[in-house]
Amino acid sequence: MGSIDYSQKIPNNVNLAEDRTLQRALEQWQPNFIDWWDDVGPDASTGYDVYLRTATSVDAQGWAHFDFVKMRDYRWGIFLQPNDPNRGIGFGDHKGEKAWTDVPGEHRANLRRIIVTQGDTEPASVEQQRHLGATAPSLYDLRNLFQINVEEGRHLWAMVYLLHKHFGRDGREEAEALLERRSGDENNPRILGAFNEKTPDWLAFFMFTYFTDRDGKFQLSALTESGFDPLARTTKFMLTEEAHHMFVGESGVSRVVARTAQVMKELDTDEVAQVRAAGAIDLPTIQRYLNFHYSVTIDLFGADQSSNAATFYSSGLKGRYEEGKRDDDHLLKGRTYKVLEVQNGALVEKDVPMLNALNEVLRDDFIKDSVAGIGRWNKVLEKAGVAFRLEVPHKAFHRNIGALAGIRTSPDGRVVGGAEWSANLDRWLPSDADRAFVASLMGRVAVPGKFAHWIAPPAMGINRQPIDFEYVRFG
Amino acid sequence: MDTGAVIKQHLIDPEICIRCNTCEATCPVGAITHDDRNYVVRADVCNHCLACIAPCPTGSIDNWRSVLKSKAYPIEEQLAWDVLPPELPLPDGDAAAADAEVEAQPPSVAPPAPLVEAGAAPFVASSYGATVPPWSAAHAYCNLYGPKHPTTATVTGNFNCTEAGFENQTHHVVLDFGALPFPVLEGQSIGIVPPGLDRRGKPHPARQYSVASPRNGERPGYNNVSLTVKRVLEDHQGNAVRGVASNYVCDLKVGDKVQVIGPFGSSFLMPNHPRSHIVMICTGTGSAPMRAMTEWRRRLRASGKFEGGKLLLFFGARTQQELPYFGPLKSLPKDFIDINLAFSRTSGQPKRYVQDLMRERAADLAPLLADANAHVYVCGLKAMEEGVVIALRDVVTQAGMNWDSVAAALKREGRLHLETY
Repeated sequence: MGSIDYSQKIPNNVNLAEDRTLQRALEQWQPNFIDWWDDVGPDASTGYDVYLRTATSVDAQGWAHFDFVKMRDYRWGIFLQPNDPNRGIGFGDHKGEKAWTDVPGEHRANLRRIIVTQGDTEPASVEQQRHLGATAPSLYDLRNLFQINVEEGRHLWAMVYLLHKHFGRDGREEAEALLERRSGDENNPRILGAFNEKTPDWLAFFMFTYFTDRDGKFQLSALTESGFDPLARTTKFMLTEEAHHMFVGESGVSRVVARTAQVMKELDTDEVAQVRAAGAIDLPTIQRYLNFHYSVTIDLFGADQSSNAATFYSSGLKGRYEEGKRDDDHLLKGRTYKVLEVQNGALVEKDVPMLNALNEVLRDDFIKDSVAGIGRWNKVLEKAGVAFRLEVPHKAFHRNIGALAGIRTSPDGRVVGGAEWSANLDRWLPSDADRAFVASLMGRVAVPGKFAHWIAPPAMGINRQPIDFEYVRFG
Repeated sequence: MDTGAVIKQHLIDPEICIRCNTCEATCPVGAITHDDRNYVVRADVCNHCLACIAPCPTGSIDNWRSVLKSKAYPIEEQLAWDVLPPELPLPDGDAAAADAEVEAQPPSVAPPAPLVEAGAAPFVASSYGATVPPWSAAHAYCNLYGPKHPTTATVTGNFNCTEAGFENQTHHVVLDFGALPFPVLEGQSIGIVPPGLDRRGKPHPARQYSVASPRNGERPGYNNVSLTVKRVLEDHQGNAVRGVASNYVCDLKVGDKVQVIGPFGSSFLMPNHPRSHIVMICTGTGSAPMRAMTEWRRRLRASGKFEGGKLLLFFGARTQQELPYFGPLKSLPKDFIDINLAFSRTSGQPKRYVQDLMRERAADLAPLLADANAHVYVCGLKAMEEGVVIALRDVVTQAGMNWDSVAAALKREGRLHLETY
């Protein structure tokens, strides 16, 4: 177990060759996937040789194999974490029972919905990022973008495999639909809001990979607990790949902040206009980008009270983040959790049944994880002797889902009226002028070891390669 | 007993780490843990298997500091770090006092060479060793069997391998794994778990031995490995001490069952590309991996299908009689391997150490150190490490090359491997 059969048309470690019907179904889906990649995948990248990581097995030695690959020829395939025949269900009404190797009939619709929703985000982000290659600040960054793109493609494969293998005709139709929806398309949009937003520039890309891919981490972590064992094993392996995406985001923003701080010290100024004139992105603009991506991303966790969330948990489909490390009864019946609502013009906490608040529980875990990384960005500022500190806005800021949808609060959590909101919008969220300024800095740097002026070089290269390695060779 | 031992402590750079948990989830022995602030490595648990290195998305995982084992950074200290501490110089004289359980007396170890002058940067020999294998190394399987789930091997041979006879107590022990998988490469080691409990009532820790046999078995085509083990009867001060593991292994009889863990090691591996050269520098039972590599090259050569490069061996022992595998070594063809032996206790002759031989052969050694196809392996007692690395430095410098750039290339390209205990 573990090693991947690359002699097959579709590389896999699930003995695909033994299931001819499934193999044929996936081999029919494969050209449609390639068509989708050609159509809305990374723009004008067909001839590039990219230094990419490809899994050759799911164990520690094999899953990070680096080589130059044309992205279209990337070995997208199906890789599951090894099977543990004794694995049990760790939470909910089925706690203690053996994990299911097939879909229980009564949970079929819910499981399909979970898998389709997760699967839809994967091609969506590739579509959102398809034009970024034209303005990559270095070959190193271009390679990282492409690595993320091919791995999001592989994550789509992971979900499509589950749909084809376990959901019959419905599953095949859903798999087709995953290639038909388009990010930002008015008539046939992607399922979740954040995946229809634009990723127009590299600061937005780094914020997206820091925040929105981290939503992916938490959703995947909750699914690794699933009683449906194929889903748990699939998402477990996806998580190892997802870590690279968050690294790109965290280190990307950190490098932008480092360059800005350096410019501020050199000019001895914190004037936005001077910083911008020197070709760096001012810290208030970075804060506004952060406010936007953070608030849009925490909406992805869903309504703060949700009977679906309770059902998913109790029926053993989706656990909590690090379910196995929590020492409670893993049933949660009769327990409560605090959520926010507005009473008399002010935000107050109220206790609600925890089972219904599991979206909020996962959102709070996400927030804690996000805040820690922002602390590390602030360390960069502190080290450079800059007083400014980045921070996450209040959980109620700029929300569009759940009890807080449409409620207007300032980033520090004060409920405000429409007039105050409108008057401050450009201070709190990126304005058109901010985006135009950031866009004006974007331009491809394609000389090995050279970086755009607005971003600092990374601390080290990929896979121990030097920073000036030619990570992308243009054909 | 082990206060003088020096280890390469594995650390994670908190400035680069993104706390993604991949390393902790990957570590097969549970050496990595975290709090809200940092991810850290327990020095007493980490077995340097390097399983965490490739999966790390950031590169923060790949940091090493040479420290006294007794002064390794505890996790409580690591958890409070914002930045990695700089590499600190090791105190003088520490290196000579290796763990007595490791092996007996230094067979051919020179007194430590003079250190660099005061004021200059300290010379830390261990920092020159590579943590990556040569590019053409074969894939090494690691940690197939951990301390909680050892496998069982059967003893199929226990021979004398020195001219001094069986009483000199260096043994060549053959273990067979039957039908159970235990793939090993030359340069890897395995762990033997002695039976019974120690004085505190705890199970004995496993003792690591380099395999002395090539990848296709001590007997070609069989699932067996050989080890070179010297019986420990006294510590470095000459006090009587019976090494638990070495005496257990040396007393094994054919047919006995042994608990084994491993394999370990994924960087001290031989190159496999045609015309690649191997420089081997060893003392005493440090010859085990050299025998393995030499034997694999010998079998390849016999097959007629592989064009090997040069093999250059510097081998030290107290006397010819104590040199493991002296007999078989002499029978190897001169055009196959260039053998240089140093004996430090031959009566009527001046003491000679491996470093002396290396300096004598500088004209042949220097071009190899500059050659990307040549790989250098050092194995033996800790005390030999500094002298050998200084000798390498002198050979490079006297040939008119820049030591810093040659050393950096050797390390980066996985061409200088230090395995000392």
